[in-house]
Amino acid sequence: MSAVFVSGIGAVSPGGWGVAALRDTVRKGKPLPVKTVTRPGWPHPLRQLSVPPLSSRPAFMAHPRLRRSSPIAQYAVGAALEALGLDKERVNSGSLRLGVIFCAMAGCVTYSRRFYDEILKDPATASPMIFPETVFNAPASHLAALLGSTGINYTLVGDPGTFLQGLALGAHWLHRNTVDGCLVVAAEELDWLVAEAFHLFDRGTVVSDGAGAVYLTCVPNGQAEVELKSVTDPCLFANGKTRLVAAQRVRNALTHPNGSKSLLCDGVQGSPRQDRDEIAAWADWPGDRLSPKKSCGEALTAAAAWQCVSACDAIARGEYSTATISVLGPNQQAIAAQFIRSNPVEPRCL
Amino acid sequence: MITGVGIISALGRGWKPNAVGFREGRVAFRPVQLFDVSRQRVRVAAEVDLPADLPDSKLSRRSAVRLDRATRLLLLAAHEAWAQSGWTPSEDLPLVLGTTSGGMNLGQALYRQAISTAHSHKGQATRVMEYQPQLQALKLANAFGFSGPITIIANACASGANAIGHAFELLRHGHAERVLTGGYEALSHLLFAGFDSLQALSPTQCRPFDARRDGLGLGEGAAILCLETLECARRRDGHILGEIVGYGASTDAHHLTQPHPNGEAAFASMTAACASAGIRPDQVGYLNAHGTGTPLNDSAEAAAINRWAGSASRNLRVSSTKSSIGHLLGAAGAVEFVACLMALRGQWLPPTSTLETPDSTCNFPIVRRPADADFDYALTNSFGFGGANATLIMRRWS
Repeated sequence: MSAVFVSGIGAVSPGGWGVAALRDTVRKGKPLPVKTVTRPGWPHPLRQLSVPPLSSRPAFMAHPRLRRSSPIAQYAVGAALEALGLDKERVNSGSLRLGVIFCAMAGCVTYSRRFYDEILKDPATASPMIFPETVFNAPASHLAALLGSTGINYTLVGDPGTFLQGLALGAHWLHRNTVDGCLVVAAEELDWLVAEAFHLFDRGTVVSDGAGAVYLTCVPNGQAEVELKSVTDPCLFANGKTRLVAAQRVRNALTHPNGSKSLLCDGVQGSPRQDRDEIAAWADWPGDRLSPKKSCGEALTAAAAWQCVSACDAIARGEYSTATISVLGPNQQAIAAQFIRSNPVEPRCL
Repeated sequence: MITGVGIISALGRGWKPNAVGFREGRVAFRPVQLFDVSRQRVRVAAEVDLPADLPDSKLSRRSAVRLDRATRLLLLAAHEAWAQSGWTPSEDLPLVLGTTSGGMNLGQALYRQAISTAHSHKGQATRVMEYQPQLQALKLANAFGFSGPITIIANACASGANAIGHAFELLRHGHAERVLTGGYEALSHLLFAGFDSLQALSPTQCRPFDARRDGLGLGEGAAILCLETLECARRRDGHILGEIVGYGASTDAHHLTQPHPNGEAAFASMTAACASAGIRPDQVGYLNAHGTGTPLNDSAEAAAINRWAGSASRNLRVSSTKSSIGHLLGAAGAVEFVACLMALRGQWLPPTSTLETPDSTCNFPIVRRPADADFDYALTNSFGFGGANATLIMRRWS
């Protein structure tokens, strides 16, 4: 992979809106106070962490598309706008061809549940306002509408490793000159249905929601100087390969950068059952570690995005020269990526 | 190069019944049997008759029996494509699929049980897992014994076309030698009621490009393609069925569920696909329109085709096969791609047999009756909720 730069990052997390809030939360290294959610017909509360409301309504919420949108779209837009920064105006004016890759696993679950609930009560009166918001690509569509972007726009569905696949796809689009910049965004929203789904498999998991975004370009913005070095091929949990085997294969595919101060941003969340395979595969990691999910909970693709955002942030702040991201999903794949600090040079990928 | 094709729709299972049905313009709608539609405005859809058993595969019998409707459609189409291609499994075979709702029927069952018997979790873990599209893709990989990156594109009704386009680009840019790709969708109550709530379903009959059209009809099905580079196909002496030569994608930011009236993004998508293929609009001999039969889609698409084809639109033969099999949502782009391939190989044109009075905004001839034709390029459009637009162009292989 030739040079692709991270020209912006954005995050919305249980720590708050913005990368700084994510950084503060993750650096403290302590889990945020868990809240509970009740579900109909079940006396035992389910544990979760959710994005705190903003003290004032953000300007983007005034856009007609976002007034009635679900939290997942609002989180996605919040993270994307932070990552895009001033290039938003260039997209709007048509001088920058923007690609959008939106990633989700649970997706628009809140409105889907609401709509199906209405169907069960009486399909003849189910709301036409809700149905369009149930579609996986609704957040990506709202984002494109807000930005006035008419370029290529994919919504990818899969387990958390999908976000890293999205980074690789964005890099390909840049290499092919399909786009001038590519926003890779992941977002998830909480619902008792999601919390219960995790409860079925592991009661130690604290589900959460939010979004993360990485803005890729071929030209460094002169500040961050962070480069997407590589994304491994994903290793599927297929044909008898277990999570542990997949994690080890991905681990073995990456070399530790010699002599550099390196960070591992992993997906360990504090749940022994979920963490076991990832911890085993990366047991020999010699450098520092950062585990955003320990503080912010399990937010699926959004959590994978937080890992990348945290890594890029640490490099941009000069704390590390390289960072490795490990993502071991619950039911699809293991995958990893590396970011490095790079001296700005002339664009190399066109 | 396309070296394997599998298809299942309301016209039947496999190449032959679908080719015959598309060529005749057979209409495959019937009263919905899969769920209760007594409270819906519309009560017909193009349902698939699924066989009781799946073909033999590497899946265990227990696993195969538990598969949901969407995965069954996917595996049936994939089995035909895989067998036709003569492929063998490998560890580096990318799989690119398009779907809108994955295993929505399982998701619905999950929710119904969750609210009706909150204290019983029986079967819920399986439903949680298997309604997710990536698990359906993994089932496919396990069924044929291959592995490789899985990409699932959920771009609403353009998903299938985007998936094939993405697979084409993986090959064209040297990222893979072979790719298994396509789209699948099963009818579910949520989807049906959703389109009905929008009053997008036709209360009469799906009549794309008709002056009195009043909505779409929903269908279900799947189409899977084995794609490989020419070098790869020649090396293993694979039988080439056709060639993908162009792909374009764009986004319509006008409205979440309505296209721009002028079809700006559709125009951009077709223009990009032609540029990708290195051809002019007048070289396209048949255009399979998105043609849902809704007033807004068809007028916007007609405007886009008129503008894109220019003076060539007078001779551009257009039809929508949604009049036969309905709108297959995430599978539509893939199934309609296969309909084009069938037409291209057989040198015939699939008619929109339900058309009565062509919309006067169409500058192009709409194929209304079965006809033979001599053409080398076919183009298919797919447009989706959220403004996802995709166009694919294929070339006759000789």
